[in-house]
Amino acid sequence: MTDSVASLAAPANATPIARSPGYWSNVVRRLRRDPVALAAGALILALIVMAILAPWISPADPFQASMLKRLRPIGTEGYPLGADELGRDMLSRLMLGARLSLFMGIVPVIAAFVVGSAIGILAGYAGGWTNTLIMRVVDVFYAFPSVLLAIALSGTLGAGIFNAILSLTIVFVPQIVRVAESVTTQVRRSDYVDAARASGAAPLTIVRAHVLSNVLGPIFVYSTSLISVSMILASGLSFLGLGVRPPEPEWGLMLNTLRTAIYTQPWVAALPGVMIFITSMSFNLLSDGLRSAMEVKE
Amino acid sequence: MNGFIDARPPAHPDLGGPAQPLLSVRGLVKHFPLKRDFLSRRGGGAVRAVDGVDFDVKKGETLGVVGESGCGKSTTARLVMQLIGQDRGELVFDGVAVGSRALALREFRRQTQMVFQDSYSSLNPRMTIEDSIAFGPRVHGSRAGEAITAARSLLGRVGLDAQRFAGRYPHELSGGQRQRVNIARALALNPRLVILDEAVSALDKSVEAQVLNLLLDLKDDFGLTYMFISHDLNVVRYISDRVMVMYLGQVVELGPVDQVFDAPRHPYTQALLRSMPSTEPGVRTETAPLSGDPPNPIDPPSGCRFHTRCAQARAACAREAPVMTQNDGHAVRCLMHQPDSGYAASGALS
Repeated sequence: MTDSVASLAAPANATPIARSPGYWSNVVRRLRRDPVALAAGALILALIVMAILAPWISPADPFQASMLKRLRPIGTEGYPLGADELGRDMLSRLMLGARLSLFMGIVPVIAAFVVGSAIGILAGYAGGWTNTLIMRVVDVFYAFPSVLLAIALSGTLGAGIFNAILSLTIVFVPQIVRVAESVTTQVRRSDYVDAARASGAAPLTIVRAHVLSNVLGPIFVYSTSLISVSMILASGLSFLGLGVRPPEPEWGLMLNTLRTAIYTQPWVAALPGVMIFITSMSFNLLSDGLRSAMEVKE
Repeated sequence: MNGFIDARPPAHPDLGGPAQPLLSVRGLVKHFPLKRDFLSRRGGGAVRAVDGVDFDVKKGETLGVVGESGCGKSTTARLVMQLIGQDRGELVFDGVAVGSRALALREFRRQTQMVFQDSYSSLNPRMTIEDSIAFGPRVHGSRAGEAITAARSLLGRVGLDAQRFAGRYPHELSGGQRQRVNIARALALNPRLVILDEAVSALDKSVEAQVLNLLLDLKDDFGLTYMFISHDLNVVRYISDRVMVMYLGQVVELGPVDQVFDAPRHPYTQALLRSMPSTEPGVRTETAPLSGDPPNPIDPPSGCRFHTRCAQARAACAREAPVMTQNDGHAVRCLMHQPDSGYAASGALS
């Protein structure tokens, strides 16, 4: 037996096996043909690079206030995007603010993706009472509008970045659980899962080998569409004083502190909002592109 | 065997000798409870999908299972495979009760495999062909290289060039090719019993014939036993040694294929066979041999379950439930064939 296996292995190596590109390389190939998704992706990448390098590439000190140079318009000498209500350089503050804004857009979604996928896949694969129990609890959270829930949780937990991230995560977990549960239930009913069960595989092995590869994609796409929501909610929390505290720059908070200047310097006051708009739009477009690249029926 | 090298896990030894049935099914019952209506408090009944099924599968035979859709064929297959649990009844595999300490479910599953009807949905779309085939052996402890080698030689054995197909994904294959892959996957664990649940029903006629012949070859080469479920009577006649006819969750006739097809005893089997289109232009079936749909399996008819559609039914048929009566290896569940029944003395069905 052993000899025959060895002798078979040799010719099998000699003539190579024709390999098809895997699913993900097909997704990447389709994504590369989508100019809108590519542009959005490039913009997001640029924003992330800008955020990381902000302390080194920003033209001025974002915390350096000057009473004499308050609320300068866009294009002022030394202040390319104007100055805020305390005379701090807007460009530098927007660059540094990208850090916290992106952070608070992405981190809650990643955390909710991990937690929500685990709970949703458990509910979907176990079915029965486990499913009913989990999904009814999720429904309770679902009953509240997400803005209200985020504010209520943040308000209860107290202001601060960590609490804001925690409350945003709690807001997103039920939504991801729902998606994860529905795709997992679909996969669990398929014949290939039955065939795997018939081969004697343990539930955990089946989840790892057959379920994850088929459900993580759709859950991931849904999660990316939540990033923009998360950014906007985080900005909202900061605007209300429940997220980032001054003087730390964050787009939502900057929008708040500049709102008094809306009649004197409307363009400067709108800049943080423009950034939030561009960023969340880019995430949505990328998510849409990803969805259409992954939804091709094969 | 045209250069086929068997690198699969070794087969389980025969335990009880050739005379002992490979699989004995006794008193198998599966009722699917209906969801109770929350507001009106109706319901509480159950779909009696499989309602007291007994049969044996002999070593080395092909047992054909036929019946209308909804008669419990597929549920029986899934119960035998233990994909769903039975409410009552037991399975005895080569003399050992399935699920007992002597034959754990995991070991039973290594000896019994199944091929499903839908060739596409029974393969994981994210897995290459060879990984799908190698999955079972890997679960049972084969090393990765060994399992892949075995998978590739099995691909060759089911008529697919391993060089061309091993690294492909299911959507790149045709229906017939995919069903060959499914057969290879079922054989990868070196099973003794293979359940073919409408395995060729979705294929084109020409491909169907090829796959049927492949199944016959594989059966001889690997000493397999088949349970072949189909609604296609011609195919069942071609491939089976014995035939089991099911109606509304029960076995109504079970016997050697030629006896059942040439001299059917149960009126339902007779009607089923009359429903096959004739191959002679002069002999045509002018009237439908069976009228109406099968009765509701939630509330099956009293007495003989077939009496509502049976041309020969008498009053006794609505009262007395027939039992399986065996006569030279050919069993039938009908009062006409039951010596002590009240059929002969009974008046017409009201």
